[in-house]
Amino acid sequence: MKDSPYLIELKGMTKVFPGVLANDAVDLKIKPGEIHALLGENGAGKSTLVKMIYGILKPDAGTIFYDGKRVEIESPAHARKLGIAMVFQHFSLFDSLSVVENISLGINQAVDLKKLAGEITEISKRYGLPLDPHRHVYTLSVGERQRIEIIRCLLLQPRLLVMDEPTSVLTPQEVQKLFMTLNRLAEEGLAILYISHKLDEIKSLCHHATILRLGKRIGTVNIDNESTSSLAIMMMGEELERIDKGEKVTAGEVRLRVDNLTMPAIDSTGITLQNINLEVRAGEIVGIAGVAGNGQDELLKALNGEECCQTASSIIIENKPAGKLGPNARRRAGMASVPEKRLGHGAIPDMDLVDNAFMTGFHRMGLLARGLINYSKTRSFAHKVIDDFAVKTSGSRVPASSLSGGNLQKFIIGRELTQAPDILIVSQPTWGVDAGATQTIRHSLRKLADQGAAVLIISQDLDELMEMSDRIGAICGGRLSHFYPTNDMTVEKVGLLMAGVSLDQGEANVA
Amino acid sequence: MWPSLVQRQIPSRLMVYLSPVLALLLSLLAGIVLFIIIGVPPLAALHAFFIEPLSTSYGLAELGVKGTPLILIGVALSLGFKAGVWNIGAEGQLTMGGLCGGAVALYFYGQEGFHILPLMLLAGVLGGVAWAAIVAFLRVRFNANEILTSLMLSYVAGYFLNFMMHGPLKDPEGYNFPESRQFSESALLPLLFDGTRLHIGAIMALIAVVLGWIILSRTLLGYQIKIAGSAPEACEHAGFSNNKIIWITLLMGGGMAGLAGTIEVSGPIGQLLPNISPGYGFTAIIVAYVGRLHPVGALFAGLLLALTYLGGETAQIRLNLPVAVTGVFQGLLLFFLLASDVLIRYRIQFGKPALTMEKN
Repeated sequence: MKDSPYLIELKGMTKVFPGVLANDAVDLKIKPGEIHALLGENGAGKSTLVKMIYGILKPDAGTIFYDGKRVEIESPAHARKLGIAMVFQHFSLFDSLSVVENISLGINQAVDLKKLAGEITEISKRYGLPLDPHRHVYTLSVGERQRIEIIRCLLLQPRLLVMDEPTSVLTPQEVQKLFMTLNRLAEEGLAILYISHKLDEIKSLCHHATILRLGKRIGTVNIDNESTSSLAIMMMGEELERIDKGEKVTAGEVRLRVDNLTMPAIDSTGITLQNINLEVRAGEIVGIAGVAGNGQDELLKALNGEECCQTASSIIIENKPAGKLGPNARRRAGMASVPEKRLGHGAIPDMDLVDNAFMTGFHRMGLLARGLINYSKTRSFAHKVIDDFAVKTSGSRVPASSLSGGNLQKFIIGRELTQAPDILIVSQPTWGVDAGATQTIRHSLRKLADQGAAVLIISQDLDELMEMSDRIGAICGGRLSHFYPTNDMTVEKVGLLMAGVSLDQGEANVA
Repeated sequence: MWPSLVQRQIPSRLMVYLSPVLALLLSLLAGIVLFIIIGVPPLAALHAFFIEPLSTSYGLAELGVKGTPLILIGVALSLGFKAGVWNIGAEGQLTMGGLCGGAVALYFYGQEGFHILPLMLLAGVLGGVAWAAIVAFLRVRFNANEILTSLMLSYVAGYFLNFMMHGPLKDPEGYNFPESRQFSESALLPLLFDGTRLHIGAIMALIAVVLGWIILSRTLLGYQIKIAGSAPEACEHAGFSNNKIIWITLLMGGGMAGLAGTIEVSGPIGQLLPNISPGYGFTAIIVAYVGRLHPVGALFAGLLLALTYLGGETAQIRLNLPVAVTGVFQGLLLFFLLASDVLIRYRIQFGKPALTMEKN
């Protein structure tokens, strides 16, 4: 093994959790300078494998060779000592501290902040990661925060960099920049393990890919020989279908109209919605793109009634002013909504699926009689949702928190769709959802629109919006752009809208 | 290496319900150790504490008398705690309820009639509601922590009762003792059994248990209470107002505590005194937790905690033990209960804290 060309080589990695074989004899090899994709649906065992590499989990079986030598990675500190660094999906940064202070906290010894700031600037210049070391974190965008994490890793001069779904929060332009940085790093000999389920990205960035399904390694392939659909087939084990948007141009009457809606932020971290104008017609899907934290949450809550408007005529449902109605009055008027956060907002984590079905369904499904809950009716409603939307669960009596992200999302969307709404507002319908569930969800949303409902999708996944929506616009800093037919748009143009740039020349960025 | 707490993947459902029993056994064990340390024969002490009070029909009736306010308040607090509304000041709401109910009794002094008792109970409920309304208003309007405000208002209520006893409501023929007149016959709660002090308040406590149970398990309000406590954002999404739940649960707690206060003054006490409760309002917090925040649980827990009051009295008489023994036992019970609850959700791990979450 002495002259191995591989930096790291995993053999037969196995990890068992109570009741689940999370990794079943998985092999993985990465050479220096290689960008290697780890691909798989949610629950395929990607995180488990990575956690074993980074010393967070201890494998039950299997060996790791690093630099040709057999190692047992005891802890993240040990992994870092070996030269393995990891950028997590969720950042661990203190908002109220500056960039350099945050980075110094990760170093286990006294640090000269001035010197460290110099090093940060140097690395940020060298790899095209613009970042001012003295800015406070709360003033930074998500993309800039991610740069802190990357620079924090690079300061350790790692030989293997692990990135867990790094692009889920970035604009297309930011993704482009990140990829340039990663390519430069790989040219210098850094090995990169890149975890994602976005096939297009993997196709354009990575050299090799290892595909996992249900804890097993399906194969390792050279990306140049594969297409996105062949990768998807390996990942899911079934053929993906493209959703047919059809040739519909005839959108029906306006079901939801937002008229000059302005809503001040609730607190200092909130976003003020300004002059929002929007129309969603029967039979069409309208998409709102945008980078996280630009007012998506606020918009959803303003539309579904969780926050009431100052004037009733700001929001018009089926030609009736609804701005001052609460969520249940708007449900009665035909509106349903799916918030971005599933556990704790769209569903109650520690209550079972029957209670969660009741949560938004009791009005339209008639689950309440004279103040008393009709539990047998609620149970059959919950079972209908579970059956119709193929929610994988051991029963309706399990808490919502025990479902995987994709299954919970199928349950939540199914709960709303079963109520046959005339207007559906859904935020991040497939975020963190595996490819199979994504297909189910997208199909059912399109079907709802085809049946004559007005559907509004708020999403940070541009591919999804380009695929799903008939008209598309973007939200930036609490303002909404104009909307354009998706067929006339490119990803780049939507990226400009997301950055708050107007596409119409000579016109200011009117919302 | 310090031991660390690791979250269990799924807490055992059985243990969640067994933990009060476990806590009781552990408190008994700790009690035995305590008795040995202070030189009292432990078996005799435990007998005096837990067996003797239950060996006579009078003792059983007393258990009902002491249990009534604990159960009434415990049921209401269970609902409040489930909603994440931490009303710690039931003692003050009980005091104000007792004062208002007692004031009505004194207003009708020397008169008889069937209208007097209902009016007293109503005044008692309203007194408790009003006192809790201050807490609810401060919480909803200014986001003031209800734990602090309700607790502090308890002391205000205590001093206010004291002031009324030394002033306006003092018995004019009472040789300047800070006590009110004895209530007239119509202002006293009817007894259930002759020769005991068990009164119809006990039936009200049972009704409260049943009502609380129905509210929690079957009604929209109960559903709102459960979801407000476990996921406030989901509560807003479902179209329920968290502020409304805060108001309802606080007023409910205040009303029940006020009712319990009036029941105390018109039942076992029969007049207003500067001190009308041996801490029922605080003990009811333990009742709610030992009863697993469930109305039926509060029934059993209320009787158990009532026993600690009775046992404390017997132990005082028989063995010359200080009255503080009651408080010690109540404290031990709560301590062991909370400790068991922590260990049901987490397990202790020695050695390196490599696994911080036992999740896949």
